Amino acid sequence: MNRPSIFEDNQKLAEHLKTRHRIGIFWRTAFITSIVIGLLALVTLILNIVNGGFGYVIIENKVDPDLLASEPLDDLDAPELAEIMRTHISPNRLRAIEFEMALEERSRSDLYGMVMERIVDPTIVESYTLIESIGKYNEIAAFAAAEYPTAEVVFRSWLNQQFLEGGSSRKAELAGVRTALKGSLILILITISFAFPIGVSSAIYLEEYADGKNKINRIIQTNIDNLAGVPSIIYGILGLAIFVRTFAPLTSGSIFGVEGESGRTILSAGLTMSLLILPIIIINAQEAIRAVPNSLRQASYGLGATKWQTIWNHVLPYALPGILTGTILAVSRAIGETAPLIVVGASTMITSDPNGPFSAFTALPIQIYNWTSRPQEQFRNIAAAAIIVLMISLLSLNATAILLRNRFRRQ
Amino acid sequence: MAQTSASGISKEKPTAEIIRKKLRHRSRPGENIIQAFLFLCGTVSILTTIGIVYELGKESWLFFGSTDVDLREFLTTTTWQPTIGEFGVLPLVNATLMTTFFAMLISLPLGLGAAIYLSEYATHRTRSILKPILEVLAGVPTVVYGYFALTFMTPLLRSIFGADTVQIYNTLSAGLVMGIMILPLVSSMTEDALNAVPRSLREGAYGLGATRLETAIKIVVPAAISGIIAAFIIGISRAIGETMIVALAAGSGPNFTYNPFAAAETMTGYIARISGGDLSYDTPDYNSIFAIGLLLFTITLGLNIVSRRLVAKYREVYE
Repeated sequence: MNRPSIFEDNQKLAEHLKTRHRIGIFWRTAFITSIVIGLLALVTLILNIVNGGFGYVIIENKVDPDLLASEPLDDLDAPELAEIMRTHISPNRLRAIEFEMALEERSRSDLYGMVMERIVDPTIVESYTLIESIGKYNEIAAFAAAEYPTAEVVFRSWLNQQFLEGGSSRKAELAGVRTALKGSLILILITISFAFPIGVSSAIYLEEYADGKNKINRIIQTNIDNLAGVPSIIYGILGLAIFVRTFAPLTSGSIFGVEGESGRTILSAGLTMSLLILPIIIINAQEAIRAVPNSLRQASYGLGATKWQTIWNHVLPYALPGILTGTILAVSRAIGETAPLIVVGASTMITSDPNGPFSAFTALPIQIYNWTSRPQEQFRNIAAAAIIVLMISLLSLNATAILLRNRFRRQ
Repeated sequence: MAQTSASGISKEKPTAEIIRKKLRHRSRPGENIIQAFLFLCGTVSILTTIGIVYELGKESWLFFGSTDVDLREFLTTTTWQPTIGEFGVLPLVNATLMTTFFAMLISLPLGLGAAIYLSEYATHRTRSILKPILEVLAGVPTVVYGYFALTFMTPLLRSIFGADTVQIYNTLSAGLVMGIMILPLVSSMTEDALNAVPRSLREGAYGLGATRLETAIKIVVPAAISGIIAAFIIGISRAIGETMIVALAAGSGPNFTYNPFAAAETMTGYIARISGGDLSYDTPDYNSIFAIGLLLFTITLGLNIVSRRLVAKYREVYE
């Protein structure tokens, strides 16, 4: 063999090959490390949240709840709680409370909250994260005995039933997410009821009716793609200028005779969020409609159906799983969005639950933002608990989307 | 063939022709109404863009009119103190660029590496497990990332670099966490670009004796380079527009500094802070939100358009 070779002999070739393979293995490890770092970040994120949501607390009660009744407070029902209130609260205070709403009409969780807030009045003087708490009971108890002789050391899950049922409060120990959850719920309902019909209709128009070469239709398509990339806070600014300010009579409800002049209502926020997720719904629905095989449409036309009949009876049912999945993804994006809500004017401290589209409101992400910005350690704890609630909701929503998609696909 | 109807009268024309004539003349107003309605829905998106541009432009115009600030002073001076009439936007832009820089420092190499692994090395099964997990990172709400930055990243940085050098609010912490958040976005767009490269190119390289790494680095990545750059640009655009992480962890108060351990407010953080407080319409503070919003919108829109042009360009090469 007289072929010229850049290697003098086979051994040099083998060495060179080995070097190339070694370099290959090095970089392969580097690429795998990239993914591992990403996974590590996710695990760290989850652990960090769980770490903040559970731990020992040193808690001082003004009145020991065990002394109030023969059974633990959690087991008492409304009339018994009302009785405790009557015996422990001064008559003046009691009259003021009853003036707002009589004790008999209040819900059990409401009475429980009042008993805790006004009678038991717990103060958490120290709280520890989960990592700081594991195996350290004796040290914490010793510290508590030295610094806070009247307090007790309890292992607290900051995510408990009272957290889910309670309303907002100035004290972290008593704060709950009920108001925020209701706000988020109404917000999402308003968002979907605007964004879904308009979004799906736009997608139907763009895919079925629009001539792709028409100038206007191409502008619409490019425009939607651009809107999908606009930062969410810009949508908030848009909502502030148009829905909160310009359309204030409409969004505050004064056209309909509802009291209140501020446009900073759930309605404004819902409209803003629907503009935000509109491009996502449109793009996803377009893909779903595009995936419908043309033979289906041709068969329908062949039987004499009109265009709309074809779409309504054949194309849409076929594309519905994809459209629904896209909508659920858009909704899960909307649930977690905070920036537009801040700009549109979500309250960070409201006392009563929202009761309609024209009320002031707060939402779960806003609550998390608010609690995280406070310097006290306890607010970090309840922020972590609220995050857990948020993540569980998102997880179940996405799981539903995946289940839906798989179920329809089997058909 | 003579056709007879049910009443026994023979017709002159075949029935099919009568039907065709009837259908031709039958107007379908329902179809037209539906089409018009659907078209109107399509225009909602155009109205949104018009609304954004109009409102941002109008209020910015008011801002420049009412405060004796001209455009050059706005864009080039480095103090932002509305109380004494200083409206230089550079501190905010600088902080935005710093957080974006740190974010891309993390998400570019890691995103590229993850994408190369997923597209060139991973088996089908590995990919089907790893991709959804990365997608979870993308689905976490940004306020949760803000919490993470404040409660984990900042203490971590303080323990590494010392509590004296690292302030409680700093741009490095926010930037790094932002990088983690953008990582799945960059990774999945890059992976799409790599997957679009035809298999024949890879097969050719293997046929000539290239190792997997050499094929990936010297053949596939250069072939997909415009898509990869497009992914990077989208990542940058996303980082510039991000609000909650910087609002919680980067600081609140404009500060022109190159120190990554110091607090500095970004453009988005400023908008969030001002609009979150008491806001009276038509004050310089209110109008300044729109001016900064306009700047933000222009930057991100420009980046997105450039990115899409690049994607369109590389799509042509293979079709």
